[in-house]
Amino acid sequence: MTEDYSDSHLRHILQRTRRIAVVGMSLNEVRPSYYVARYLGLKGFEVIPVNPAHTGARVFGREVMGSLGEIDGGVDMVDIFRRPEHVPAIVDEALALFPDLQTIWMQIGVQHDEAAATARARGVDVVMNRCPKIEYQRLFGELRMGGINTGVISSKL
Amino acid sequence: MAYGFETLQVHAGARPDPATGARQTPIYQTTAYVFRDAEHAAALFNLQEVGYIYSRLTNPTVAVLQERMATLEGGAGAVCCSSGHAAQIMALFPLMAPGCNVVVSTRLYGGSVTQFSQTIKRFGWQAKFVDIDDADAIRAAIDDDTRAIFCESIANPGGHIADLDAVSQLADTAGLPLIVDNTSATPYLCRPIEHGATLVVHSMTKFLTGNGTVTGGVVIDSGKFDWSASGKFPSLSEPEPAYHGLKFHETFGPLAFTFHGIAVGLRDLGMTLNPQAAHYTLMGIETLSLRMQKHCENAERVAGWLESHPAVDHVTYAGLASSPYHARVSRICPEGAGGLFTVALKDGYDACVKLVDSLELFSHVANLGDTRSLVIHSASTTHRQLTPEQQEAAGAAPNVVRISIGIEDADDLIADLDQALKKASA
Repeated sequence: MTEDYSDSHLRHILQRTRRIAVVGMSLNEVRPSYYVARYLGLKGFEVIPVNPAHTGARVFGREVMGSLGEIDGGVDMVDIFRRPEHVPAIVDEALALFPDLQTIWMQIGVQHDEAAATARARGVDVVMNRCPKIEYQRLFGELRMGGINTGVISSKL
Repeated sequence: MAYGFETLQVHAGARPDPATGARQTPIYQTTAYVFRDAEHAAALFNLQEVGYIYSRLTNPTVAVLQERMATLEGGAGAVCCSSGHAAQIMALFPLMAPGCNVVVSTRLYGGSVTQFSQTIKRFGWQAKFVDIDDADAIRAAIDDDTRAIFCESIANPGGHIADLDAVSQLADTAGLPLIVDNTSATPYLCRPIEHGATLVVHSMTKFLTGNGTVTGGVVIDSGKFDWSASGKFPSLSEPEPAYHGLKFHETFGPLAFTFHGIAVGLRDLGMTLNPQAAHYTLMGIETLSLRMQKHCENAERVAGWLESHPAVDHVTYAGLASSPYHARVSRICPEGAGGLFTVALKDGYDACVKLVDSLELFSHVANLGDTRSLVIHSASTTHRQLTPEQQEAAGAAPNVVRISIGIEDADDLIADLDQALKKASA
């Protein structure tokens, strides 16, 4: 079952987040993991690419990490671009490494209910089967340009 | 929905113009849009960012209308196009391929019957017509090459109301999307997505615009169909060569159909709605609920009066207790049965022609859903291309006149019909 998230909850998550580890980021610029990370960087998030296949490569002016454990300091959010079977190990590692972790985000097509329950038991918010780029665009107005139902009704400029 | 329908019909999609503060949605009469830099242009062309490139694809005025229609229908997104007929092609195009078929209700607007039975054959597509009330016939028509089921919510002209709950369940079981043409009902009377439809199409030319000024169409996607589950919808689930192998469903999730409609449908079929037309339609939608209430109230009175007239054989308005579809009104279109119905005259074809010619207030036009009351003899006009059997099935037999009731004073409409019926039966 796909979970529902309120717009205010998603807006709150995206507004409080500063530093995001993007796990499974491709260096192929036509793959969603690449351009979602690039987009989040353009919107002012600090994006840390994680992919053992590209350890040490440079992208968006920074080095690709081989694992979450190589990241200096904490992150607010871990964004997962891996198949569901890889999710539990990533979640366990993130919970062990980052005491102040606020959010685990799994991309469209990625869902793991047990791993989500583990994270939530630690007080970490979990979003599954969604894309932070699409939600950011939807909630902060850009998707208006594409004829998308943003749910935003307002008479303010 | 957090807001009521009447609030959304005025506000959805339309915030004050960010550049000027203009409160009414401006008509952005421009073909192209300036890129910030080369990287911005590349990201837009690769569908990695959303923005305006060229008005064949997107336009700020049209985008407001798209979001408004998506909101009113309870969908994830919408794509506008140049007419209701264009919308039907835009809805089918991502689903179909040569050799595929669509299972279609026999109770359709005559132009749709022709589009499905004749024109789409040239794409290598096929339509299988069925009685949409016959579940066994629908099941029997579905085969491995079927890609969708198509029906009208309130059928034009016969006023037949499809049991959308039952049909969408059949579609679900078969793993197929249900496409509903909601033109006659409008989202004020019926919201097909709430009854399980995957896609909703409209001719916005009719009640939505409501003033008979422009043609327009729209496809609304519920965002709820899993395009990747069966492998039957490769346009949405498999890599798209024209976008560097991007997979629409994987990339856009519930917005896949909408983005495909813009990025492939409008880009390559080019059936774009212009911003002027979007403006007129937005103006119309602001008063949709008020007009639909009056259309329904007038239609109920006029249809009831006609039913008891000695020259009349029968009236097909679902709002009348005599209609076999009366029981479906409260479930499928609880706010009313719409403004469209047919009246059959005892004296047949000749009396119908005389009735149409004798009316003074009613306009004899090939349109419906105007503020003005309209009349047409379907068998000799809108349903002329059909065989007698197709006319009968569509509710457009030779002794039948189609009436689209406007928002005038109902007493005046009745008086006009009264004098014309006297002449028709003289």
